[in-house]
Amino acid sequence: MLDILSSFTTVALGIGAYFATVGALYGATLLLPIGPRERAQSWVFVGPALALLVIGLLVPALRTIYLSFFTGPTASKFTGIDNYRIMVTRSDNLIVLRNNFFWLVGVTSISTILGLGIARLTDGMRGESTAKALIFMPMAISLVGAGIIWKFVYAFTGDRSVDQIGLLNQMWIWLDPILPGRQDPQQWLLITPWNTFFLIAVMIWVQTGFATVLFSAAIKGVDDTLLEAARIDGATERQVFFGVVIPSIRPTIVVVLTTTTIAVLKVFDVVRAMTGGNFETEVIANDMFDKSFREGNPGYGAALATVLFLAVIPIVWVNVRSMRVSRENA
Amino acid sequence: MTATVTPSENPLAEVLTEEPRRPSRIGVGAHLHKTLTTKFVVWTIVALWSIPTVGLLVSSIRPERKVKTTGWWTFFVDHQTTLQNYRDVLADRASGGQMGAYFLNSIEITIPGTVVPVVIAAFAAYAFSWMTFKGRDWLFVAVVALMVVPLQMALIPLLQLFTGGAHIFSITIIPDLGLSNSVATIWIAHTIFALPLAVFLLRNFIGSLPRELMEAARVDGASHLVTFVRVVLPLAIPAIASLVIFQFLWVWNDLLVGLVFGSGKATAPMTVRLAELSGDRGQDWQRLTSGAFVTMIVPLIVFFSLQRYFVRGLLSGSVKS
Repeated sequence: MLDILSSFTTVALGIGAYFATVGALYGATLLLPIGPRERAQSWVFVGPALALLVIGLLVPALRTIYLSFFTGPTASKFTGIDNYRIMVTRSDNLIVLRNNFFWLVGVTSISTILGLGIARLTDGMRGESTAKALIFMPMAISLVGAGIIWKFVYAFTGDRSVDQIGLLNQMWIWLDPILPGRQDPQQWLLITPWNTFFLIAVMIWVQTGFATVLFSAAIKGVDDTLLEAARIDGATERQVFFGVVIPSIRPTIVVVLTTTTIAVLKVFDVVRAMTGGNFETEVIANDMFDKSFREGNPGYGAALATVLFLAVIPIVWVNVRSMRVSRENA
Repeated sequence: MTATVTPSENPLAEVLTEEPRRPSRIGVGAHLHKTLTTKFVVWTIVALWSIPTVGLLVSSIRPERKVKTTGWWTFFVDHQTTLQNYRDVLADRASGGQMGAYFLNSIEITIPGTVVPVVIAAFAAYAFSWMTFKGRDWLFVAVVALMVVPLQMALIPLLQLFTGGAHIFSITIIPDLGLSNSVATIWIAHTIFALPLAVFLLRNFIGSLPRELMEAARVDGASHLVTFVRVVLPLAIPAIASLVIFQFLWVWNDLLVGLVFGSGKATAPMTVRLAELSGDRGQDWQRLTSGAFVTMIVPLIVFFSLQRYFVRGLLSGSVKS
């Protein structure tokens, strides 16, 4: 009980401290004559946000780029571009980049296509909102939780002499009479390189709901008269979908692709919770964490973070450009 | 104040609250949903999407021996239940899961980690929309541009800052604030990382409120603070609610920030403990399943009770203008 009380005291103190500071500063502006007062007030309003962003994000980001040229446990020894060179030459580091590429292509394409398909099939269906809510639910829980849920699906208890507790292995055995060959229980998360794809499936499970919700809203916004006109002209439902609906929701497709790509680039929790990056499932963000905070090589970690940042830029650039194009067309 | 405006008079609020509706006869899927095949496909996908979670929930209430030796689906013919797994995973003793203590940490982190960035961002959004100061426009662009910086870019220097302060040529710019063993480091980090998107979303909303409203308030002699608190905030409730839910779930579910800035049972959030259990006691399925459900319960309640706001926040958050 005391724990909870002290917990909430900390919370109240944190929030109280912030309001006290802002209140005091705002009070101080009231002492100023009206002209400077308004200017001072606008800095009180915008100042905390700007200060936090400069101290906590802008300067650290620049410093990370700087640190990426250093090595050693405190990143104090200058090494030039060695960190980057090691990243693209050593084979275990190359696996990291390869895995991120698999993640990027796998999750982005499959969850977008699935989301689009589900949004189309459920549109106007009875029980639409229930179906969508259940598909969307994984989005609300933590990726660590999602990782545990799926680790349990992939669980392996031993060969056929014992009962399986993992759903996938049980289904694999049930399929034995149907499929050619012999289906023995597998340690799914240990089979390289397929284990990466079993992790990717988890992220698809999470991201599909997101794509579905966005596409569903976009599809409902498509102009009805366009749909009717196409149907009167004798277009099949397939033609209506690919000829009318897809072009009208293009901006949403770009948004889903961008958001998913950026989320997947930074994937961390799933790998951390399920394999810890072992058995050749390592990805950039998890490697960055281990190198920086566990293995005492923050310089290399900083280089990995910088690569993440550089990878985001072209995606954002494409996104901004496509929006400018769609705005000009509108 | 003479200008009192209800949220429904704000056209943007209307658009945001009302999802587009129309008769299902003419919708995109109109000609599909009649067939049984469509229904079959949809509900198969729904089942596929739900079954893993059901398996987790069922396992979390089965006795340890059963969880470890038989599939959870056998529960439907052999339904023994127990709450022992939850007692074990929440228990504070060394052999327990200690999730209770971590649960409190999560609350201590998530509440300020949600309230503080939203408040700071709301002030900034108001200033960017309705106050005039030097460099306003390019400062706003700079804030928005920071959205593209992955938080990984800030972790190493921020940790150094929290543990040792900031120094340039041995001159101390920011002293060691002695925060390194406090939950404050975690929610401060969350606050910083949330600001670019929060400022962007709230400025879009607050900036689209009618100009006459602000002018009326000024004519009535209301100061900026009064205008902000009494006029703008009530109107911005829908946008703020979506942002709060979104940020709450983000902080609650986060692992990375908690791992970097948290330190064990004293400050780390639940997700950190769950990942630890998954690594150290990977075969203790009775604990992993119940532990995972303990972390999921709050987001699931938020999700199912406030789904509308959540979806709306997602739509406005990702459809950047």
